[in-house]
Amino acid sequence: MAVGLEHYLAVAAILFTIGVFGIFLNRKNVIVILMSIELMLLAVNINLVAFSARLGDLMGQVLALLVLTVAAAEAAIGLAILVIYYRNRGTIAVDEINKLKG
Amino acid sequence: MSHLDFTAARPEIALALMAMALLLFGVFRKSRVVDAVNTLALMALAATALLVLFVPGSDRIIAFGGTFIVDAMARVMKILVIFAAGIALVMSVHYMKWERMERFEYAVLMLLSVLGMMVMISSGGLITLYLGLELQSLSLYVLAAMHRESARSAEAGLKYFVLGALASGLFLYGVSLVYGFAGTTTFAGLTQALKSGISIGLIAGLVFILAALAFKISAVPFHMWTPDVYEGAPTPVTAYFAAAPKLAAIAVFVRVLYEAFPHAEEAWRQVIVFMAIASMLLGAFAGVVQSNIKRLLAYSSIGHMGFVLVGLAAGGQEGLRGVMIYLIIYLVMTLGVFAAVIGMRRDGRPVEEIEDFAGLARTNMGLAFAIGALMFSLAGIPWLAGFFAKYFVLLSAVKTGLVALAIIGVLASVVSAFYYLRVVKVMFFDEPKEPVDPAPFELKLITALSVIFVLFYVVWPGPVTALAQAAIRPFIVP
Repeated sequence: MAVGLEHYLAVAAILFTIGVFGIFLNRKNVIVILMSIELMLLAVNINLVAFSARLGDLMGQVLALLVLTVAAAEAAIGLAILVIYYRNRGTIAVDEINKLKG
Repeated sequence: MSHLDFTAARPEIALALMAMALLLFGVFRKSRVVDAVNTLALMALAATALLVLFVPGSDRIIAFGGTFIVDAMARVMKILVIFAAGIALVMSVHYMKWERMERFEYAVLMLLSVLGMMVMISSGGLITLYLGLELQSLSLYVLAAMHRESARSAEAGLKYFVLGALASGLFLYGVSLVYGFAGTTTFAGLTQALKSGISIGLIAGLVFILAALAFKISAVPFHMWTPDVYEGAPTPVTAYFAAAPKLAAIAVFVRVLYEAFPHAEEAWRQVIVFMAIASMLLGAFAGVVQSNIKRLLAYSSIGHMGFVLVGLAAGGQEGLRGVMIYLIIYLVMTLGVFAAVIGMRRDGRPVEEIEDFAGLARTNMGLAFAIGALMFSLAGIPWLAGFFAKYFVLLSAVKTGLVALAIIGVLASVVSAFYYLRVVKVMFFDEPKEPVDPAPFELKLITALSVIFVLFYVVWPGPVTALAQAAIRPFIVP
C-alpha cells in the first residue's frame, strides 16, 4: 500500500482532534494543555508539508517553518504566564482556575 | 504584483525598530524609566501615524508579491488602531502608579501589539495575516497578565492564552486546508482559484478561519473568554482589548470575505448571520445579570460586535460603510466609558461593582452625567451617536433583504437597554454612598471628549461618514 496524501491528512486530522480534546477534556494540569496546543500546531505542520509536496509549491513549507518559530514563542509566553499564575495561587490544577466566575 | 517594496511597509518597519529601541532604552536607563518610556512610546505612535498618512504612492499599493496591501481601508484602520492604543496608554499612566504595576515593558508590548494589528490590517495573504495575528495575540496575552501580583490578572492572562492558542490552532488548520485545496495563500490568488467553483475542502478551511477570527472579536460561540479576561485584566488593558483588536479583526474580516472569498458569498453569509444573531442575543440577555461593570461592558462589546456582523452580512456599499461608522462610534464610546471607570476610585481602591455607583449623581454630578450619556449611547437611544451606529447597519440589512436579522437586532437592542439603564438608575436614584476620589485630568478629558462626541454627532456627522466612506472605497464594485 502506497502512502498517499489522504494518509497524511488523516494522521494530521487525528492529531489535531486529540489536541482539541486534550484542551477541553483535561481536568488535571495546565501543562497538559500547553502540550495539546503544541500537538495541534504540529498536526497543522504535517498538513502543510503534505500539501506542499503534493502541489509542488514551496509556500507550505515556508509557512511550516514560520509556524514552528511562532509555536516556540507561544510556548515560552504560555510557560511565563503559568509561572506567574503559580506564584500567585500555588497550584496549576485546571479545576482551581476559578477566581473569575464563568 | 510587485517586487520587494519596502516603502509600503515603512510605518511597520519604523514601529518595529522604535519598539525594539525602546526595549533597549528601558533596560539601560537607570532612573524614572517608566515615565520616559511611556512618553517616548506615545511619540512613537504619533510618528507611526504620520508615516501611515504619508505612505507615498498610488491609492492601492501591493507589495511583497501580493502579501502586503496598503489601501484606503488599511490607512484608516491603522490610524484608528494607533489612536486607540495611544488613548489606552494615556489612560494607563495613573492606573499603573495606583496599582503599583509600573513596568516599562507595558508600553513596549503595546507598541508591538499595534505592530501586529497593522500587519493584520495590511495583510494580502494568509501567511502575513497569521504572523500579524500571532504578534498581536502574544503581546496581548502578556498585557492581560501584566499585573503580576494579582491572582485575577494572572488568571485572566492564562485563560486568554489557552483559548487564544486554541483559536490560532483552528486558524492554522483552516489555512492549511485552504492552501491545500486552492494551491495558494494570497488573497488575489484565492479569488482566482475560486472563480472556477468552490470545493468542500475550501469551505471547511474558510469556516475554521472564520471561527478563529470570531474568537478575536469575541463573537458567539467563541466569546467564552471575554467576560473573564475583561474582569481580570488591568482596566486600561481591558479598555485596549475592547477597542483596538476588535477593529483590526473586523478589518481582517472585511479583507478575507470581500477580497479573498467573494465567490463563496453564499457559504460564508450563513455563518456570519448566525454569529450576528447569537452575539446580539447573548450580549443582550447575559448582560442583564451582571453586577460588575467590567463584565457588563464585556457582554456589551459582544452585543456590539453582533451588530457589526449584521453590517458585514449585509455587505455592499451601505453595509460596509455601516460597519466602519459603527466601529468608529463604538471606539469612541468604549474608550470614554473605560476612562470614566478607570478614574472611579474610593479610598484608593477601584470601584467596579455597579452597586457602588449608587447615588453618584448627588456626589459627583459631572461624572454621573457623563457615564449616563455614554450608557444611553451604548444602548442606542436616539439621538445619540450609538443610535446612528445601529441605525445604519440595520438599515443596510433591511435593504439587502435580511429583514429577520434586523428585527432580531432591534429586539436585542431593546433588551440590552435594560442593563445600561439600570446603571443610570443606580447612579441617579439610589441612596448615595461616600463620594469617589477626584479623577486625574487626562481621564476626565477623555471622558468629556467622548461625551461631546456622542451628544453632538447628530449635529455634525460629516467627518465620520467621510472617513467611513474613504475606508470602504477599495471594496465598492464600480
